[in-house]
Amino acid sequence: MVKTYLTVFGALAVLTALTVTVSYMHLPRVPAISLAVLIALVKASLITAFFMHLKFEGRLIYGIFFASLFFFIVLIVPVLIDIGF
Amino acid sequence: MNTIEAVPNQTGIPNGKLGIWFFLASEVMLFGGLISSYVILRTGSPNFGLPPRELLGVPWATLNTFVLITSSVSMVLALAAMQEGRISSFRNYMLLTIGLGFAFLGIKSYEYIHKISEGITITSSLFGSFYFALTGLHALHVIGGLIFNSYVLAEGLKGRINPDHYERVEYAGLYWHFVDIVWVFLFPLLYLI
Repeated sequence: MVKTYLTVFGALAVLTALTVTVSYMHLPRVPAISLAVLIALVKASLITAFFMHLKFEGRLIYGIFFASLFFFIVLIVPVLIDIGF
Repeated sequence: MNTIEAVPNQTGIPNGKLGIWFFLASEVMLFGGLISSYVILRTGSPNFGLPPRELLGVPWATLNTFVLITSSVSMVLALAAMQEGRISSFRNYMLLTIGLGFAFLGIKSYEYIHKISEGITITSSLFGSFYFALTGLHALHVIGGLIFNSYVLAEGLKGRINPDHYERVEYAGLYWHFVDIVWVFLFPLLYLI
């Protein structure tokens, strides 16, 4: 497991460097936001799957995780479509 | 010895783990409410002025991101060390985790002082309000994690957390990783985009 943890840590460090580098490239608004959010999602997934051991949990823990994810999306997406962008 | 048993129940998951995951789900909604208000106001409000990028202190925030992901990996290495009975490396990894937590707060305080001296305060603009509310709430969670982690370290050194009963290291870790994940989202949302 220790090797896996260190690999994940390496990936997190590279992704952090990548997202900062991209932010200095002055991309247009939509690609810049999409890329930053995508990188954050990948980093969060890595932390959840390996450091929080979600990958090795049963259906109940997955259920709690996806329920909170679902309601977070409900909080943000419908209103964003309505008044954002 | 006075140890707390992880009582199995009908779910087959220790109560503590189930409780922590439910707690984290409620935390998602706490941060989710604030983050969604920020995103929606920022994209939807014509009055949402952004301070110039140089004032945001991106290098300091990048450093803080590295500090927090390093503390996350040292937390999970502390858990692995405890599971394998390597108590002295458990102690070292926990000390590193706690030290990095303090480093994060130190850098954050420096950023706060810098921002306030540049005129970005909680009342100066919509951005300022969200910046201080979001990072302030996150910093409170870091302080909570430091307390939880210090407790776990003390219990580990007393032998009340041991290779047969390492659950509380895992629970403290789950919480600490969650705090890390919140920062993973706050960093691009507040500094990079």
